[in-house]
Amino acid sequence: MADFLTIQNGRPFKRIQVPYLHFSEFRTNLLKLAFKGAEVVQFFAYQEDPSIKEVLMLGFNAPSRDFFSYEEEGTVQLMAVLRKDHQLFAVQTTAPETFDALSRQDMRFQLFEREIAEQFGLIPKDHPWLKPVRYHANCRGVKDVFGNDYTQDIPGNYPYFQVEGEEIHEVGVGPVHAGIIEPGHFRFQCIGERVLHLEIQLGYQHRGVEPLLTSVPFKRLPILIEGIAGDTAVGNALCFSQAMEALLNLTPDDGAKTLRTVALELERIANHVGDLGALSGDVAFNSSAAYFGRIRGEFLNLLLVMAGNRFGKNLVRPGGVTMGLIEDSRNLILSKIKELRPEIKEVGDLLFSAHTVQARFDGCGVVSREIPLVGVAGRASGIDYDVRQAFPTEKYSEIPACLHTRTHGGVFSRAMVRFEEILHSLDIIERLLQRPVTTQPVVWTGEVSLASSSCVTTLNEAWRGELSHCVLTDSRGGILRYKIKDPSFHNWTGLAMALRNEEISDFPLNNKSFNLSYCGFDL
Amino acid sequence: MLKILKTRIHQGYRTSQYPTKPLTLHRHFKGLPQVNTACRDEMAQRCAEMCPQEAIDAKKRLIDLGKCVFCGLCERISNGEFVHFTNEFAMAATRREDLLTSGAMPDLTVHRRKDVQGLFGRSVQLRQVSAGGCNACEADTNVLNTPFFDLSRFGIGFAASPRHADGIHVTGPVTRNMREALLRTYDAVPEPKIVIAAGCCAISGGPFRGSPEIIPLETLVPVDLYIPGCPPHPMTNLDAFLRFFK
Ligand code: SF4
Ligand code: SF4
Repeated sequence: MADFLTIQNGRPFKRIQVPYLHFSEFRTNLLKLAFKGAEVVQFFAYQEDPSIKEVLMLGFNAPSRDFFSYEEEGTVQLMAVLRKDHQLFAVQTTAPETFDALSRQDMRFQLFEREIAEQFGLIPKDHPWLKPVRYHANCRGVKDVFGNDYTQDIPGNYPYFQVEGEEIHEVGVGPVHAGIIEPGHFRFQCIGERVLHLEIQLGYQHRGVEPLLTSVPFKRLPILIEGIAGDTAVGNALCFSQAMEALLNLTPDDGAKTLRTVALELERIANHVGDLGALSGDVAFNSSAAYFGRIRGEFLNLLLVMAGNRFGKNLVRPGGVTMGLIEDSRNLILSKIKELRPEIKEVGDLLFSAHTVQARFDGCGVVSREIPLVGVAGRASGIDYDVRQAFPTEKYSEIPACLHTRTHGGVFSRAMVRFEEILHSLDIIERLLQRPVTTQPVVWTGEVSLASSSCVTTLNEAWRGELSHCVLTDSRGGILRYKIKDPSFHNWTGLAMALRNEEISDFPLNNKSFNLSYCGFDL
Repeated sequence: MLKILKTRIHQGYRTSQYPTKPLTLHRHFKGLPQVNTACRDEMAQRCAEMCPQEAIDAKKRLIDLGKCVFCGLCERISNGEFVHFTNEFAMAATRREDLLTSGAMPDLTVHRRKDVQGLFGRSVQLRQVSAGGCNACEADTNVLNTPFFDLSRFGIGFAASPRHADGIHVTGPVTRNMREALLRTYDAVPEPKIVIAAGCCAISGGPFRGSPEIIPLETLVPVDLYIPGCPPHPMTNLDAFLRFFK
């Protein structure tokens, strides 16, 4: 792997250490690695700050390649981080304005390339599915790849896939949906009740988070980060804090690591319990819908005890946590777990053993493990990947893996994986809170300067799956590029695939079984 | 069937008796702030400078609840000298300026719209519009339908269609990509109608203020009720609804 830099989760490195390849070589190497089974963690574009360009050129000593010749080809850099066998590999290049799409050979790159096209106006030539991702103008002010005029409302030039034929009909749903949920547009191509294809078009929640992160004062960063996806506030704050710690050379104390792990697991439990409730509701099994709905609240209230609010916001900060855990609170969490574990088991048993539920869950929305999903949905399809095991942070290296019994890739498996993870997470918390926790609380005022010309990639197993942040700094210790990847970035495709050949009436059920983030995707 | 009955008995009756009986949130909950007007100037100044939301007016000793995300930083760095966040959840206001507070909120029932209670006091339906937030606001609105809060016992509900609604409940900073959908939803609600801005995003852009991708709600539609928080606690929402509509 000489053409890649092996990097560690949450460890900083100088950007100059990352092999800088000619685009064609970059492309070939990435494809080769992906062909061997590597998955894409990050693949994004950025623009170099002028002062670094010089440093890179001076420090660049690969005699066989002439750095300066790349310059003429473009001004946008590409950075990729791939993972394979619990290792992370980084590589970079300068992108030509038009380049041969990697997606032509490997679909793993398709959404990343669309994002690069939308954010930076580069053209991935012969991309098989070149459509807008979120609907916004590119940051360079160059000609729009999709031919959109952004004074016009979304979706602009969005060529929906259409199936033709006499008996084919199309159903469009959203962006505003019937319930209290986020906006997104779903378009079904159906024959009778059967769905041949589902296209998911997002972008309605796009707030421009990534550009904000490089332009606002540092004091605002954690608040913005926790606003990426409120249900993943702890996960995002953790990815952010670990990145800042790497670039500031900070090490949280052991107590802080414990509390951060506990908070991440509480976030997982609350969301999974809520999802099991929502799944119950979707098959009209009202008793477990009501019980799980209430139990979810109990866990949100535990986050409130730890953080002052029900989503665990404002707890995790670079260097540690903002609040210690007093003995009262520790005992409260432990006693709540004791009280709720049997309730969860009982309600879970009620749900999974009900014939009416089995009839709806079983065999519905099966996704093959060929589709590179992450997190719950991935594990439900038998993809054995959990960041807590593969790239452990915080206290996870001490924690045994969660084992799954159902991995058939359908709604039943996705529900069962959640249920098993809830019980596993309860054990984790109990184990970590056996003894009193002491930590020195921290505050983040943002009065810092980051390690210059550096880079760090952080990964955590948020409740939906692999969540990753990648931060690049400039020569003055500012943030040059902040890239966020929510697990939903991988998994929306899974939902679209799950619907193939299913009845359209099973859409809500499948949707809940994935429960993906709109705002985390739209940024 | 037996299992269903057994679980039903185990689960019991869980609905809160609020508002008949008062309800107190855990003391860690960061609710209505109490600003200490006797705080030293330099300390108030320091808090104002550090506040990630620029929500503090150091001179007047006020916090703008429409911008504050209740992160508690000002309380921590001043060690309680500048402000203490109480566990009081009632924080809604009907006028934007009322959200600038040092701890006392004006009585909402004095300034609320007066045409609303007669029309909607017994039954009101709201159309929720999620317009670019982080979805925590939506989630903590949704829980009002769970057994503990049981919103429908007050005759308040969320409607699927704006045509069946008496008002809209907006969360999120309103993204450019949701502007059109928001306006169309608003237009589809029959007159007279109510607009509720819930969460600091809807009130002031929240964490996303300054982004060219958002359009402030107030420039699009008139707002009748402001519910502060990031997100507002379900009780903050519930209290606001009850005092506004009843
Ligand atoms: S609690 Fe509110 S006023 Fe205080 S620092 Fe945080 S955002 Fe600012
Ligand atoms: S106000 Fe806070 S909780 Fe609500 S949507 Fe905005 S960021 Fe999320």
